[in-house]
Amino acid sequence: MTDPARAARRATIRDALGLGVAVGLYGAAFGAAAVAAGLDAWQACALSLLMFTGASQFALVGVLGAGGGVLAAVGSAVLLGTRNTIYGVRLVPLLQPRGGLRRLGTAHLVIDESTALALAAPDRANARLAFTVGGGSIFLGWNITTLIGALGADALTGASLAALDAVVPAAFLALLWPRLQRSWAEPAAQRRVALGGAVVALALTPFVPAGVQVITAVVAVALAGRWRR
Amino acid sequence: MSGLWLAVLLGSLGCYLLKVAGLSVPAAWVEHPVVARVVDFVPAALLAALVAVQAATSGSALVVDGRLAGLVVAAVALALRAPFVVVLLLAGLTGAGVHWLGSGG
Repeated sequence: MTDPARAARRATIRDALGLGVAVGLYGAAFGAAAVAAGLDAWQACALSLLMFTGASQFALVGVLGAGGGVLAAVGSAVLLGTRNTIYGVRLVPLLQPRGGLRRLGTAHLVIDESTALALAAPDRANARLAFTVGGGSIFLGWNITTLIGALGADALTGASLAALDAVVPAAFLALLWPRLQRSWAEPAAQRRVALGGAVVALALTPFVPAGVQVITAVVAVALAGRWRR
Repeated sequence: MSGLWLAVLLGSLGCYLLKVAGLSVPAAWVEHPVVARVVDFVPAALLAALVAVQAATSGSALVVDGRLAGLVVAAVALALRAPFVVVLLLAGLTGAGVHWLGSGG
């Protein structure tokens, strides 16, 4: 291996590990949010192990925490999970997962961050490396910090519980925030859709069963998505 | 099985199958412009709805309390490009502060 190739490899691994550590912080927020929503630590950890896609996990516990039923919670999580299908399609030519088992294992690591790392890599070998190291380190960090967050939140009472209640919407806002910035494609349309989603959800809150207003907010996509260009 | 476990397992299965589908179906199936656009916009609508519901509702009622104050502080912190941890800490401190004021200090 030539020196530049080795340097590119090192840079890829460094970026991938760095992102793993950073994303781990969200894991602690998720574990705490899950407990605040009424799940136990086992359920919080099961979600991070088995679902392993942050926005869907937050949505599931968010809807359950608002008093929503199984269908509304699962529906919201699955709708947010459709992103990963598109990511998978983009990743196939880069990763070329061969064989059924390989494909099933690779699929579990397909999330926002591992996709971004693989797509940003300079070539196919580095893309695979970035995907595997990044996805693996995020999986590890995310699961460890979920447990820490869940156990920590379990011990809270009084004012610190009120603090946790305020942290949960802020965590959702932090997930949403990058999509509304200028660096995102069509930020103006994204902002309209976001505003529409919030208004629809609040307007429906008094009238529909708890949690249903969240999943119904997707109508904002049709209303504000600017379909003609 | 409790409803919570059912939601955890069903949701996980659904999300995993969506991931597997991406690596398995022909690209043309999901690269239709309308599909791509819907998928691109769904997170903004759902996440914003969750922000609103988490910050300003309780059951079927709209309420204003420390959570909304915390959200405003979080938005300011995000606009100032504060790191994630700082955003959450400030929101939490605000929520706790309002709770403390509300309970008479």
